[in-house]
Amino acid sequence: MDKFLQEKAPIFEALKRYKSNRIVRFDVPGHKGGRGNRELTNFLGQDCLTVDVNSMKPLDNLSHPTSVIKEAEKIASEAFGSKNTFFIVNGTTAAVQAMIMSTCKTGDKIIMPRNVHRSAINALIISGAIPVYVNPGVDKKLGISLGMPLSHVKEAILKNKDAKAVLVNNPTYYGICSNLDKIVEMAHENNMLVLVDEAHGTHFYFGDDMPISAMEANADMAAVSMHKTGGSLTQSSFLLCGKNVNSNYVRQIINLTQTTSASYLLLASLDLARKNLSLNGKDIFKRTMDLAQYAREEINNLGGYYAFSKEIIDGDKVFDFDETKLSIHTLDIGLAGIEVYDILRDEYGIQIEFGDIGNILAIISAGDRILEIERLISALSEIKRLYEKDKIGMLESEYIDPEVVLPPQRAFYGSKKPISIDNSLGGISAEFIMAYPPGIPILAPGERITRNVLDYIYYAKEKGSLLTGTQDMKIENIYVLEG
Amino acid sequence: MELWYTEEHTDDVHFSIKVDRLLYSGESELQRIDVFHSKEFGRFLTLDGLMMLTEKDEFIYHDMIVHVPMATNPDIEKVLVIGGGDGGTVRELTRYQTIKKIDMVEIDEKVVEVCRSYLPQTAEKLDDPRVELFFEDGLKFVRKKKDEYHLIIVDSTDPFGPGEGLFTKEFYGNCYKALKEDGILVNQHESPYYFNYANSMRRAHGRIKEVFPICKVYQAHIPTYPSGHWLFGFASKTFDPIEDLKEDRWNSLDLKTKYYNTELHKGSFALPNYVKELLESEDE
Repeated sequence: MDKFLQEKAPIFEALKRYKSNRIVRFDVPGHKGGRGNRELTNFLGQDCLTVDVNSMKPLDNLSHPTSVIKEAEKIASEAFGSKNTFFIVNGTTAAVQAMIMSTCKTGDKIIMPRNVHRSAINALIISGAIPVYVNPGVDKKLGISLGMPLSHVKEAILKNKDAKAVLVNNPTYYGICSNLDKIVEMAHENNMLVLVDEAHGTHFYFGDDMPISAMEANADMAAVSMHKTGGSLTQSSFLLCGKNVNSNYVRQIINLTQTTSASYLLLASLDLARKNLSLNGKDIFKRTMDLAQYAREEINNLGGYYAFSKEIIDGDKVFDFDETKLSIHTLDIGLAGIEVYDILRDEYGIQIEFGDIGNILAIISAGDRILEIERLISALSEIKRLYEKDKIGMLESEYIDPEVVLPPQRAFYGSKKPISIDNSLGGISAEFIMAYPPGIPILAPGERITRNVLDYIYYAKEKGSLLTGTQDMKIENIYVLEG
Repeated sequence: MELWYTEEHTDDVHFSIKVDRLLYSGESELQRIDVFHSKEFGRFLTLDGLMMLTEKDEFIYHDMIVHVPMATNPDIEKVLVIGGGDGGTVRELTRYQTIKKIDMVEIDEKVVEVCRSYLPQTAEKLDDPRVELFFEDGLKFVRKKKDEYHLIIVDSTDPFGPGEGLFTKEFYGNCYKALKEDGILVNQHESPYYFNYANSMRRAHGRIKEVFPICKVYQAHIPTYPSGHWLFGFASKTFDPIEDLKEDRWNSLDLKTKYYNTELHKGSFALPNYVKELLESEDE
C-alpha cells in the first residue's frame, strides 16, 4: 500500500478549502451553515453544520464523480485492493442491493445462505431474482447458523448451472466465515459471480491475522459497512468491485435508488475512516483483538457462559472465525440471550449489539477501553449470581430450514389477505418476520408458515425480542397468499 | 508573583487556593498527578486537576470514612480498601490493633509512589505488615472475591474518570458477594449540592439500595471539596450504623481523633431535608 497516497483524504480536504473560502450560499440546504436552525446548530456544533452542504463544482457529485470524489474512490480502491470502489450513503443495505441488482434480473437465480440480512431478500423483491438457498450448517449447542458447507455450495451450483451469482456472508454477525477462496474458485469455474456481504468484515482489510477478505479472495463485489467497525458515521459504507464487473453499469444501478443529495458529512467520514485504517489499522485491530481475547478469557472463567472463538473452527461450516467478535452463549445459565441483553441495558446501563435465543454479541472496536470491558465482565458475573436458573424449557436450536414455495417478489406482490398468526399454520407468507437485531428473517415472502416458525415467533415474543416485518405493527396478523 | 490553583466546582463557580510552590507534576497512564504546597492548607494532591486532599483538612474525610464503620462493628478483622492511594484511609485503619489484614487496591501505582514521596502525613502506614497493596482495577479485583471481607471502603475519585466503574451496580453487587454475611460497605458518596455531583450521588445511592438491605447516608464538612458538604454511604447486610453503634466499646479504645466522636457519629446521619428528598427522588 502506498502510504503517501493513503495520507490523502480528497473529500475532507475539499471541504476544508470550501470552508475557508466563505462562499455565499444561495443553494440548498436551507439551514445555510446552521444559521437557519439554531437549536440544531447548538446541539451538533457549528463546524458540523458548516460542512453539511450539497454537491457543487469544487466538491464533485456522487452520482457522476469527476474530481475529488473520483480521486477518493481511487485511493479507497487501492486501500481495499479493489478495481473500483463506490462511496455509499444509503447504508450497507444499499450496497447489498446494488450487488444483487447489478447481477440479477427478473427470473435470474442467485445462490445464497438463508441466514442473510433482510436487505438481501429485499433486493430479491425489487429485482425479481430467485433465491436458491444453501442450508448453512448449524451448531446445535450454540443454536447459531454457521457458514455454507462447501459440499452444499457445490451441489447448488451443479444443480443450478444457470444461476448468475453466489452471495456469501463474510463473516456472519457472529464472526463465522465460509471457505471463501474455494467458493470463488467453484463459482468462477461455472461462470457465476461472487457477491460478499462484508457488513461485519471491514477490519479484514486492515488488521493482521484476520480471515481472508473478499477482494483478497478474488470475489467480484463486496459490501463493506465502514460504519460498523471502521469508524465512519452511521449509514456510510463502501461497495467494492473486482475486475470482472462493469463498474459503469453498477453506478447506473446505484443511481436508481441512491439519493441525489449525498451527505458530505457521511462522505468525509468515509474518507477519513479509510485514511485512519490505512495508516493505523494494524495497531487498532491488534488492540481490539487483545481486548476481545481478554474479555473472552475472563468471561469463560466466570463459568456458565461460553464466549466462543477459534476452537469452533472445523475447516468447513466454520472455515475461519473473526476474533474481534465477542459472542457469548448464555443458555447454560438458564437465560436466553435476549434476556441477558435486556438485563444488561435495563439494570446495568450497558448496551450490547444484540441478543438472540441463545447468545449475546458485544461489538469491540477502536473506541473501547479496558475500563468498559471490566464493567461488562463484572455485570455478566452479577447476572449469573443473581439470575442463574435451570436450563429446562429453553428453546435450543435457531436455524429453521425454510420451505420456499414462491420467489419473494411473486409472493410479496401476489394476491394476499391478512389472517391471525395463530391461524396461519400451513399458509404461504407474503411478508417478512424477523427479530431485530440481528435482522435475519425467521420467515420471508414466499415461504410456508410451519410449526417450527410459529414456535420460534411465540418464543421470541415471550422472551422480549423485538419482532418486525409485518404490516401489523403488533405482529399479531400476517398477510398470506390467497388460494 | 501570584500563583493560584483553581478548581471549577461548576462552570460558574471556581475555588482557588494560593500556591506557594509546585512540588510535583507528572502524568501516569491514567491521569495527571500534581502536588502543591500552600500556606493555608499545607501540601495538597490533585488528580486531573481535581482536589483529592490537603494536609490541613484530610483528617475529616479519613476519620469519617473509617471510624463510622469501625465503631459500628469493632470486631472487623479483614478490610478491603479500594482506591485511597494517598494512604490516609489505611493509616486510620492501622490504628485498630484488632484488624488483622488490610488489602488496598489502587488502580494507579504512580499515585501511591508520589504520595509516599510527597505526602508522608497520609502515606506513612502503607508499610504496616498487615497491609498488602494491589495495583489493578478495583472492579476486577472485587469480582474475584467471595465471602472474604468484613468491611469494604471505597475511597475513590469522582465518577467521571478512572473511578467511574466504582459507582456502578455491577460493582456494588460484586462487593456484596465479596463481603461476609455481616459485611459493611462504606463509600465516598459525592456532594448533594451542585447538580453534577448531586446527580452522581443520587444514582450511586439508588444502585446501592438495589443491592444492600441496609443503606444509610451520612455527612461531613470538608472545606476543600465542592460546596464543602460531603456525603458518605453506609451499606450493610446486618448492621444498622446507629442502632448497632458500640459507643462504650469504641470509646474504651481511647483513640484520639480530631473530627470523629460517637456523638457526631449519630448526628452525622441526620440529613437536611433537601438531601433526604434528593435521595428519595428518581434519577434524572
